[in-house]
Amino acid sequence: MQITVNGEANELHEAEVNLSKLLEIRRVESPEMVAVQLNGEFVDMENYPSTFLKTGDDIEFLYFMGGGSR
Amino acid sequence: MIDFTEEQLERYSRHILLDDVGVDGQEKLLQAKVLIVGAGGLGSPAALYLAAAGVGTIGIIDSDSVEISNLQRQIAHFTKDIGVFKVDSAAEKMQAINPDITVRTYKEYLCAANITKIIAGYDFIIDGTDNFPTKFLVNDACIFTGIPFSHGGILRFNGQTMTVVPGESACYRCSFREAPPPDAVPSCAQAGVLGAIAGMLGTIQATEALKYITGVGELLTNGLLTFDARTLTFRKINLARQKSCPVCGEEPSITHLVDAEQSVCELKSEPVAAPC
Repeated sequence: MQITVNGEANELHEAEVNLSKLLEIRRVESPEMVAVQLNGEFVDMENYPSTFLKTGDDIEFLYFMGGGSR
Repeated sequence: MIDFTEEQLERYSRHILLDDVGVDGQEKLLQAKVLIVGAGGLGSPAALYLAAAGVGTIGIIDSDSVEISNLQRQIAHFTKDIGVFKVDSAAEKMQAINPDITVRTYKEYLCAANITKIIAGYDFIIDGTDNFPTKFLVNDACIFTGIPFSHGGILRFNGQTMTVVPGESACYRCSFREAPPPDAVPSCAQAGVLGAIAGMLGTIQATEALKYITGVGELLTNGLLTFDARTLTFRKINLARQKSCPVCGEEPSITHLVDAEQSVCELKSEPVAAPC
Protein backbone atom coordinates (compact mmCIF):
# COMPACT_ATOMS: atom_id res chain seq x y z
CA MET A 1 0.00 0.00 0.00
CA GLN A 2 1.08 3.54 -0.73
CA ILE A 3 1.22 6.01 2.13
CA THR A 4 2.93 9.33 2.78
CA VAL A 5 5.18 9.68 5.81
CA ASN A 6 6.59 13.10 6.68
CA GLY A 7 5.83 14.32 3.18
CA GLU A 8 7.52 11.42 1.37
CA ALA A 9 5.84 8.61 -0.54
CA ASN A 10 6.27 5.20 1.09
CA GLU A 11 5.42 1.71 -0.12
CA LEU A 12 4.42 -0.72 2.62
CA HIS A 13 4.65 -4.39 1.73
CA GLU A 14 2.84 -5.70 4.77
CA ALA A 15 -0.90 -6.15 4.33
CA GLU A 16 -1.92 -4.89 7.74
CA VAL A 17 0.06 -2.12 9.39
CA ASN A 18 -1.06 -0.22 12.44
CA LEU A 19 0.61 2.92 13.79
CA SER A 20 2.63 0.96 16.38
CA LYS A 21 4.07 -1.15 13.56
CA LEU A 22 4.76 1.91 11.42
CA LEU A 23 6.79 3.47 14.25
CA GLU A 24 8.80 0.23 14.36
CA ILE A 25 9.28 0.12 10.58
CA ARG A 26 10.43 3.74 10.62
CA ARG A 27 12.81 2.96 13.50
CA VAL A 28 11.42 5.65 15.79
CA GLU A 29 13.51 4.99 18.89
CA SER A 30 11.45 6.93 21.45
CA PRO A 31 7.77 6.90 20.52
CA GLU A 32 7.11 9.05 23.62
CA MET A 33 9.00 11.87 21.89
CA VAL A 34 6.79 11.81 18.79
CA ALA A 35 3.23 13.04 18.27
CA VAL A 36 1.44 11.34 15.40
CA GLN A 37 -0.92 13.04 13.02
CA LEU A 38 -2.97 10.91 10.57
CA ASN A 39 -4.59 12.81 7.70
CA GLY A 40 -4.38 15.99 9.74
CA GLU A 41 -5.89 14.53 12.91
CA PHE A 42 -4.03 13.94 16.17
CA VAL A 43 -3.91 10.27 17.20
CA ASP A 44 -3.68 9.35 20.87
CA MET A 45 -0.83 6.98 21.68
CA GLU A 46 -3.21 4.46 23.21
CA ASN A 47 -4.98 4.20 19.84
CA TYR A 48 -1.84 3.32 17.84
CA PRO A 49 -2.47 -0.46 17.96
CA SER A 50 -6.06 -0.11 16.74
CA THR A 51 -5.27 2.43 14.02
CA PHE A 52 -4.66 0.51 10.78
CA LEU A 53 -3.32 2.30 7.75
CA LYS A 54 -4.82 2.32 4.28
CA THR A 55 -3.58 3.43 0.89
CA GLY A 56 -3.40 7.17 0.56
CA ASP A 57 -2.95 7.87 4.29
CA ASP A 58 -0.81 10.88 5.15
CA ILE A 59 1.17 10.46 8.37
CA GLU A 60 3.29 13.08 10.11
CA PHE A 61 5.63 12.34 12.98
CA LEU A 62 5.92 15.56 14.97
CA TYR A 63 8.99 15.43 17.20
CA PHE A 64 8.96 17.01 20.63
CA MET A 65 11.72 19.57 20.63
CA GLY A 66 12.71 21.45 23.75
CA GLY A 67 16.06 23.13 23.89
CA GLY A 68 16.48 26.83 23.94
CA SER A 69 17.47 28.14 27.30
CA ARG A 70 19.95 25.82 28.91
CA MET B 1 1.45 59.72 16.69
CA ILE B 2 5.03 59.71 17.90
CA ASP B 3 7.27 62.57 16.85
CA PHE B 4 10.33 60.72 15.65
CA THR B 5 13.64 62.38 16.46
CA GLU B 6 16.28 62.75 13.75
CA GLU B 7 18.23 60.00 15.45
CA GLN B 8 15.24 57.64 15.47
CA LEU B 9 14.53 58.34 11.80
CA GLU B 10 18.10 57.37 11.04
CA ARG B 11 18.26 54.43 13.42
CA TYR B 12 15.09 52.88 12.01
CA SER B 13 15.55 54.10 8.43
CA ARG B 14 15.83 50.60 6.96
CA HIS B 15 12.48 49.69 8.49
CA ILE B 16 10.89 52.98 7.46
CA LEU B 17 12.04 52.39 3.88
CA LEU B 18 10.00 49.19 3.72
CA ASP B 19 6.60 49.93 2.19
CA ASP B 20 4.90 47.42 4.47
CA VAL B 21 6.47 48.84 7.64
CA GLY B 22 7.14 52.55 7.16
CA VAL B 23 6.74 55.19 9.87
CA ASP B 24 3.44 53.65 10.99
CA GLY B 25 4.96 50.23 11.45
CA GLN B 26 7.93 51.63 13.33
CA GLU B 27 5.57 53.52 15.60
CA LYS B 28 3.73 50.26 16.33
CA LEU B 29 7.05 48.61 17.18
CA LEU B 30 8.04 51.40 19.55
CA GLN B 31 4.70 51.09 21.32
CA ALA B 32 4.74 47.29 21.46
CA LYS B 33 5.51 45.05 24.42
CA VAL B 34 7.08 41.63 23.87
CA LEU B 35 8.00 39.10 26.57
CA ILE B 36 10.82 36.64 25.97
CA VAL B 37 10.69 33.51 28.13
CA GLY B 38 14.21 32.21 28.56
CA ALA B 39 17.39 34.21 27.98
CA GLY B 40 19.24 31.30 26.40
CA GLY B 41 19.86 29.96 22.92
CA LEU B 42 16.58 31.16 21.41
CA GLY B 43 15.95 34.10 23.71
CA SER B 44 19.38 35.65 23.07
CA PRO B 45 19.06 36.28 19.32
CA ALA B 46 15.38 37.14 19.69
CA ALA B 47 16.19 39.70 22.41
CA LEU B 48 18.99 41.33 20.44
CA TYR B 49 16.99 41.62 17.21
CA LEU B 50 13.84 42.89 18.92
CA ALA B 51 15.93 45.47 20.80
CA ALA B 52 17.61 46.52 17.57
CA ALA B 53 14.21 46.73 15.85
CA GLY B 54 13.00 49.22 18.43
CA VAL B 55 10.35 47.12 20.15
CA GLY B 56 9.57 49.68 22.85
CA THR B 57 9.21 47.39 25.85
CA ILE B 58 10.87 43.99 26.05
CA GLY B 59 10.45 41.76 29.07
CA ILE B 60 12.87 38.89 29.60
CA ILE B 61 12.49 36.18 32.20
CA ASP B 62 15.06 33.61 33.34
CA SER B 63 16.24 32.54 36.79
CA ASP B 64 19.59 31.16 35.66
CA SER B 65 23.09 32.62 35.61
CA VAL B 66 25.49 32.40 32.70
CA GLU B 67 27.67 29.28 32.56
CA ILE B 68 30.65 28.74 30.29
CA SER B 69 28.82 25.96 28.39
CA ASN B 70 26.12 28.48 27.41
CA LEU B 71 28.50 30.66 25.43
CA GLN B 72 28.68 28.33 22.40
CA ARG B 73 25.18 29.43 21.37
CA GLN B 74 23.63 31.96 23.77
CA ILE B 75 25.01 34.99 21.99
CA ALA B 76 23.71 37.67 24.33
CA HIS B 77 26.22 36.45 26.92
CA PHE B 78 29.96 37.07 26.83
CA THR B 79 32.81 35.36 28.65
CA LYS B 80 32.93 38.22 31.16
CA ASP B 81 29.31 37.46 32.09
CA ILE B 82 29.91 34.01 33.57
CA GLY B 83 28.11 33.93 36.92
CA VAL B 84 25.92 36.93 36.08
CA PHE B 85 22.13 36.55 35.88
CA LYS B 86 21.23 35.84 32.25
CA VAL B 87 18.55 38.52 32.23
CA ASP B 88 21.01 41.17 33.47
CA SER B 89 23.60 40.10 30.91
CA ALA B 90 21.00 40.15 28.09
CA ALA B 91 19.55 43.49 29.20
CA GLU B 92 23.00 45.09 29.14
CA LYS B 93 23.54 44.05 25.49
CA MET B 94 20.00 45.04 24.48
CA GLN B 95 20.41 48.51 25.95
CA ALA B 96 23.85 48.84 24.40
CA ILE B 97 22.37 48.10 20.98
CA ASN B 98 19.41 50.39 21.54
CA PRO B 99 19.11 52.78 24.50
CA ASP B 100 15.77 53.85 23.01
CA ILE B 101 13.91 50.88 24.49
CA THR B 102 12.82 49.73 27.94
CA VAL B 103 13.94 46.32 29.15
CA ARG B 104 12.15 44.66 32.05
CA THR B 105 13.98 41.78 33.68
CA TYR B 106 12.43 38.99 35.72
CA LYS B 107 14.76 36.77 37.77
CA GLU B 108 12.04 34.26 38.35
CA TYR B 109 11.10 30.77 37.38
CA LEU B 110 7.88 30.89 35.39
CA CYS B 111 5.18 28.78 37.01
CA ALA B 112 1.41 28.43 37.27
CA ALA B 113 1.28 30.81 40.22
CA ASN B 114 3.08 33.75 38.59
CA ILE B 115 2.64 33.39 34.81
CA THR B 116 -0.72 35.14 34.42
CA LYS B 117 0.51 38.21 36.27
CA ILE B 118 3.83 38.31 34.40
CA ILE B 119 2.42 37.97 30.88
CA ALA B 120 -0.44 40.45 31.43
CA GLY B 121 -0.03 43.52 29.26
CA TYR B 122 2.35 41.97 26.73
CA ASP B 123 1.31 41.92 23.08
CA PHE B 124 3.32 38.87 22.04
CA ILE B 125 5.38 36.21 23.78
CA ILE B 126 8.42 34.33 22.57
CA ASP B 127 8.85 30.88 24.09
CA GLY B 128 12.55 30.15 24.29
CA THR B 129 12.36 27.77 27.24
CA ASP B 130 14.35 24.59 27.56
CA ASN B 131 11.72 22.36 29.08
CA PHE B 132 8.32 20.95 28.17
CA PRO B 133 6.40 21.74 31.37
CA THR B 134 7.11 25.44 30.83
CA LYS B 135 6.31 25.22 27.10
CA PHE B 136 2.89 23.76 27.90
CA LEU B 137 2.40 26.30 30.70
CA VAL B 138 3.14 29.16 28.27
CA ASN B 139 0.72 27.65 25.74
CA ASP B 140 -2.10 27.26 28.25
CA ALA B 141 -1.62 30.69 29.82
CA CYS B 142 -1.60 32.31 26.37
CA ILE B 143 -4.78 30.44 25.37
CA PHE B 144 -6.48 31.60 28.60
CA THR B 145 -5.38 35.23 28.22
CA GLY B 146 -5.59 35.45 24.42
CA ILE B 147 -1.96 36.55 23.97
CA PRO B 148 -0.30 35.21 20.79
CA PHE B 149 3.07 33.50 21.07
CA SER B 150 5.82 31.80 19.13
CA HIS B 151 6.82 28.28 20.13
CA GLY B 152 10.40 27.27 19.43
CA GLY B 153 12.56 24.23 20.04
CA ILE B 154 16.01 23.06 19.02
CA LEU B 155 17.91 19.83 19.48
CA ARG B 156 21.09 18.51 17.90
CA PHE B 157 20.81 19.73 14.27
CA ASN B 158 17.06 20.30 14.22
CA GLY B 159 14.69 23.10 14.98
CA GLN B 160 10.96 23.66 15.01
CA THR B 161 8.69 26.66 15.44
CA MET B 162 5.04 27.61 15.19
CA THR B 163 3.04 30.71 15.96
CA VAL B 164 -0.16 30.46 17.96
CA VAL B 165 -2.94 33.02 17.83
CA PRO B 166 -5.37 31.90 20.54
CA GLY B 167 -8.90 31.28 19.34
CA GLU B 168 -7.82 31.43 15.70
CA SER B 169 -5.09 28.89 15.04
CA ALA B 170 -3.88 25.50 16.23
CA CYS B 171 -2.19 25.63 19.63
CA TYR B 172 0.81 23.63 20.85
CA ARG B 173 -1.48 21.17 22.65
CA CYS B 174 -3.54 20.56 19.50
CA SER B 175 -0.56 18.61 18.19
CA PHE B 176 1.55 17.73 21.20
CA ARG B 177 -1.07 17.22 23.93
CA GLU B 178 1.11 16.83 27.01
CA ALA B 179 4.72 16.90 28.11
CA PRO B 180 6.56 13.65 27.37
CA PRO B 181 7.74 11.63 30.39
CA PRO B 182 10.83 13.34 31.86
CA ASP B 183 13.02 10.24 31.48
CA ALA B 184 12.36 10.16 27.71
CA VAL B 185 13.47 13.73 27.16
CA PRO B 186 16.96 14.45 25.88
CA SER B 187 18.04 17.99 26.73
CA CYS B 188 20.60 20.13 24.95
CA ALA B 189 22.84 19.39 27.94
CA GLN B 190 22.64 15.66 27.21
CA ALA B 191 22.13 15.45 23.46
CA GLY B 192 24.08 18.47 22.28
CA VAL B 193 23.10 21.18 19.83
CA LEU B 194 24.84 22.89 16.95
CA GLY B 195 25.21 26.46 18.24
CA ALA B 196 24.20 28.39 15.16
CA ILE B 197 20.79 26.72 14.85
CA ALA B 198 19.77 28.63 17.98
CA GLY B 199 20.27 31.75 15.89
CA MET B 200 18.35 30.30 12.93
CA LEU B 201 15.35 29.53 15.10
CA GLY B 202 15.48 32.52 17.46
CA THR B 203 15.58 34.99 14.59
CA ILE B 204 12.55 33.31 12.97
CA GLN B 205 10.72 33.78 16.27
CA ALA B 206 11.78 37.44 16.41
CA THR B 207 10.56 37.86 12.82
CA GLU B 208 7.16 36.48 13.77
CA ALA B 209 6.92 38.98 16.65
CA LEU B 210 7.79 41.85 14.29
CA LYS B 211 5.26 40.60 11.72
CA TYR B 212 2.53 40.30 14.34
CA ILE B 213 3.14 43.83 15.63
CA THR B 214 3.33 45.48 12.23
CA GLY B 215 0.71 43.27 10.55
CA VAL B 216 3.07 42.44 7.71
CA GLY B 217 2.54 39.22 5.76
CA GLU B 218 1.15 35.97 7.10
CA LEU B 219 2.10 34.45 10.42
CA LEU B 220 3.39 30.91 10.84
CA THR B 221 0.02 29.79 12.19
CA ASN B 222 -1.56 26.38 11.53
CA GLY B 223 1.84 25.10 10.50
CA LEU B 224 4.94 23.70 12.16
CA LEU B 225 8.14 24.79 10.45
CA THR B 226 10.88 22.22 10.96
CA PHE B 227 14.41 22.12 9.69
CA ASP B 228 17.36 19.78 9.65
CA ALA B 229 20.59 21.77 9.43
CA ARG B 230 22.56 18.75 8.20
CA THR B 231 20.77 18.84 4.86
CA LEU B 232 19.33 22.33 5.32
CA THR B 233 15.91 20.91 4.58
CA PHE B 234 12.97 23.04 5.67
CA ARG B 235 9.43 21.65 5.90
CA LYS B 236 6.19 23.31 6.86
CA ILE B 237 3.78 20.72 8.22
CA ASN B 238 0.16 21.78 8.04
CA LEU B 239 -1.61 21.78 11.39
CA ALA B 240 -5.21 22.52 12.20
CA ARG B 241 -7.11 23.27 15.39
CA GLN B 242 -8.28 20.00 16.89
CA LYS B 243 -11.78 19.69 18.31
CA SER B 244 -10.26 17.17 20.72
CA CYS B 245 -7.61 19.61 22.01
CA PRO B 246 -7.58 19.51 25.83
CA VAL B 247 -7.16 23.28 26.14
CA CYS B 248 -8.60 24.99 23.04
CA GLY B 249 -10.95 22.24 21.82
CA GLU B 250 -14.70 21.83 22.13
CA GLU B 251 -14.67 20.13 25.51
CA PRO B 252 -11.48 21.27 27.24
CA SER B 253 -10.26 19.18 30.15
CA ILE B 254 -7.68 21.82 31.11
CA THR B 255 -9.47 24.77 32.60
CA HIS B 256 -6.83 26.19 34.91
CA LEU B 257 -3.04 26.36 35.07
CA VAL B 258 -1.04 23.67 36.84
CA ASP B 259 2.67 22.98 37.20
CA ALA B 260 3.76 19.73 35.61
CA GLU B 261 6.65 17.62 36.77
CA GLN B 262 9.98 19.15 35.81
CA SER B 263 12.06 17.62 33.05
CA VAL B 264 15.54 16.26 33.56
CA CYS B 265 16.80 19.54 32.10
CA GLU B 266 15.87 21.23 35.33
CA LEU B 267 17.70 18.77 37.52
CA LYS B 268 21.13 19.80 36.27
CA SER B 269 21.33 22.75 38.59
CA GLU B 270 18.96 24.28 41.06
CA PRO B 271 17.10 27.36 39.86
CA VAL B 272 18.55 30.48 41.45
CA ALA B 273 15.19 31.83 42.46
CA ALA B 274 13.10 29.39 44.43
CA PRO B 275 10.58 27.60 42.22
CA CYS B 276 6.96 28.22 43.09
